[in-house]
Amino acid sequence: QGKFTLLRDTRTDGSFLVHHFLSFYLRAGCKVCFVALLQSFSHYNVVAQKLGVSLTAARERGQLVFLEGLRSCLDLLFGEEEEQSGEPSPLQFVSESASNLKALFDFVRTALTPTGSGSWKGPVLLVDDLGVLLSLGATPVAVLDFIHYCRVTVCSQLKGNIVVLVHSNEDSEDEENELVVNSLCHHSDLILWVEGLATGFCKDVHGEIKIIRRTSLELTAEQDHVQIYQYKIQDKNVTFFARGLSAAIL
Amino acid sequence: LVFTEEDKYGLYSSLLFKYFLAEGVVCGHDLFVASAKERPDNILKELPAPLLDDTYRNELGEEATAVKSEDFQDSMKIAWRYQNLPKMETSPTTSTKFGHYYDVSKTMSPELFQSIKWHSFYLPEELSLPPKMKTCNMNSAYARLLQSIQRIIYQEGFDGSDPQKKQKNILRIGIQSLGSMLWGDDICSSDTPEDIHSLTKFLYVLRGLLRKSLSACIITVPAHLIQNKAIMERVTNLSDTVVGLESFIGSERETNPLYKDYHGLFHVHQIPRLNSLICDVSDTKDLAFRLKRKLFTIERLHLPPDLSDTVSRASKQDLAESAKLLSSGCGAMAIGKKHLDF
Repeated sequence: QGKFTLLRDTRTDGSFLVHHFLSFYLRAGCKVCFVALLQSFSHYNVVAQKLGVSLTAARERGQLVFLEGLRSCLDLLFGEEEEQSGEPSPLQFVSESASNLKALFDFVRTALTPTGSGSWKGPVLLVDDLGVLLSLGATPVAVLDFIHYCRVTVCSQLKGNIVVLVHSNEDSEDEENELVVNSLCHHSDLILWVEGLATGFCKDVHGEIKIIRRTSLELTAEQDHVQIYQYKIQDKNVTFFARGLSAAIL
Repeated sequence: LVFTEEDKYGLYSSLLFKYFLAEGVVCGHDLFVASAKERPDNILKELPAPLLDDTYRNELGEEATAVKSEDFQDSMKIAWRYQNLPKMETSPTTSTKFGHYYDVSKTMSPELFQSIKWHSFYLPEELSLPPKMKTCNMNSAYARLLQSIQRIIYQEGFDGSDPQKKQKNILRIGIQSLGSMLWGDDICSSDTPEDIHSLTKFLYVLRGLLRKSLSACIITVPAHLIQNKAIMERVTNLSDTVVGLESFIGSERETNPLYKDYHGLFHVHQIPRLNSLICDVSDTKDLAFRLKRKLFTIERLHLPPDLSDTVSRASKQDLAESAKLLSSGCGAMAIGKKHLDF
C-alpha cells in the first residue's frame, strides 16, 4: 500500500513487467489508471487476454481508466475545435510552449479519486513509459514534478500504488533521461531492474532481473535487499530461475 | 514503423527504400512518397522491376484485397524488408514465401503503376502553400508532412472512417532522408540543435497515425550525421523496427579480406514486439548485404576461411574486432557489453 515501484530496463525491453502488473492489479480488484504512452490499446488488450484479463471489460465496468497517449496526441493536433469538450487534453503540453504536465496530473487525479459508486480496492497508477514525455518536449524537472504530485496524491492521500517504466543505459548520452531515472531510483520503494545479459543474446535466457527492495529507506536503516534472477519470456508466461540454472542447461 | 539508418553515401538505403515501394506497387497497395531532395515521381520511376510470373502475382493480388474484419482497423502493419502481408494480428504470415524478388538492373514498367494510387509530398513545392494546422512547436516541414499524411489517411479511408468503402487497402508510406538539413532541421549539422524535440514529436504523431490506420511506413535517416546521440536513443524507443546500413565504401573495411564478398553490414537494432510478450528473434544477428548486378541480398555474414600464413596475424586481430561487432544483439533482446575472450 502506498508504494512506488520503478521498472527499469537496460539493453532490453522490460515491457513484459508492465503487462504483468496491469493484469495483476486488475485481477486483484484495484482501480487502475493506465497512462499508456507508447503502444495502442489493442496491443495491451491482446497481451492481457493471453494473461487472462480483458481490458475492454475492465474499462467498461469502470475499473480501468486508459489513457491512450498516441490517440490523445492525434486528437490534440488534428481534432476540430468544436469537438474538444470542456476539459483540456491531458497531453496539452505538446502543443504549448510551457512544459507543464499539470493537465496530465489532473487527469490522473480525476481518474483515481474515488467517486461515490464502485468499491474497488486501492488505486493504482501505471505509466508506460516515462521517457516518452521527454521525447515530446517535457523538461526533466516537469516530469519529476508530475511524478511527485502523483505520489503525494496516489501514494500518500489515497494509499494507492504507482508503477512506472523507464529505460536507461550505462553509456547513454541522453542526460535528461538519466537524470530522471536516477532521481526516481532514489525515491522508489521497490526497483525491478531488467537487464540484458552481459554476454549478449541468448535464446534460452532473455535477461536478468534485479529486485531491489529499498529497505534502506525505512526507519531500521538496513541495506537494500537485492535479489537477482534470470528469466525467459514465453508467449503467455515468464519463467524465472536462479542464475545459471536455465532449463536449457540443466 | 521501420526506421532505417542510412549508410554514408545513401546508395544502399535508397535501394531499400525503393524495394519497399516496389513491393507496394506489386501488392496493389497505395503509396505515399515524401522527400525533400528528389521529386517523388522521379523516385517512382526508378523502382526495380519485379521478377514474377503472372499466376503467383494473381494469388497475391487476391490476398491483398480480401475483406478484413473490424478489429483489424486498429492494428499496425509493420514492413520488414519485403513486407509481410498483414492478415492476422497475432501470428505471422503463414505462407512460406513472402514478398517478391526484384531485378535491380531494370526499372519497373509504367503499366504496373496504373493500377495503384499514389500520393506524393515534395517539400519544396509544399512550402509554397500556406500552412493549415497548428504547428505545436514542431518544425514546420514536419508539421506539413504530418498534415498531408493525415489528410490522405482520412480522405482515402485508411483509418476506417468511411464505412462505405468495401475494399480495405494498405497505405505504404516512404519518407526519405528525414532529419536532414533539407527538412529544415539542424540536428544533422549542429551539436546543440535549436529544437531537439521536433523529430521525436514527429515520430510520435506518425506512430499514432500508423496505429490508427492500415498503413506501414519506412523512414530513412542520415543517422551518421546526427551529432546528438540522445536523439537516436529516443528515436529507437519510438520506432518498431530499427535497422542500420553500414556500407564499406570509403572505410578501411573495403579492403579487408574478411568482407570481400560484401558491400556492407546490416545491423538490426530493434525488432517489433507487438501484441505479444515476446518477439520473433532469428538465430543470427550478423547480417551483411551485397549488391550484385541484378540482386540486392542480405545474408548471414560468413567469415572466409583463414588460409594464408603471413596474413593470419593481422586478420586474427581483425577477427577479434569484427567478433566484437558480431556479439552485439538487437535491442529487444539483450545486447552484450563485453566481448568474451576465448
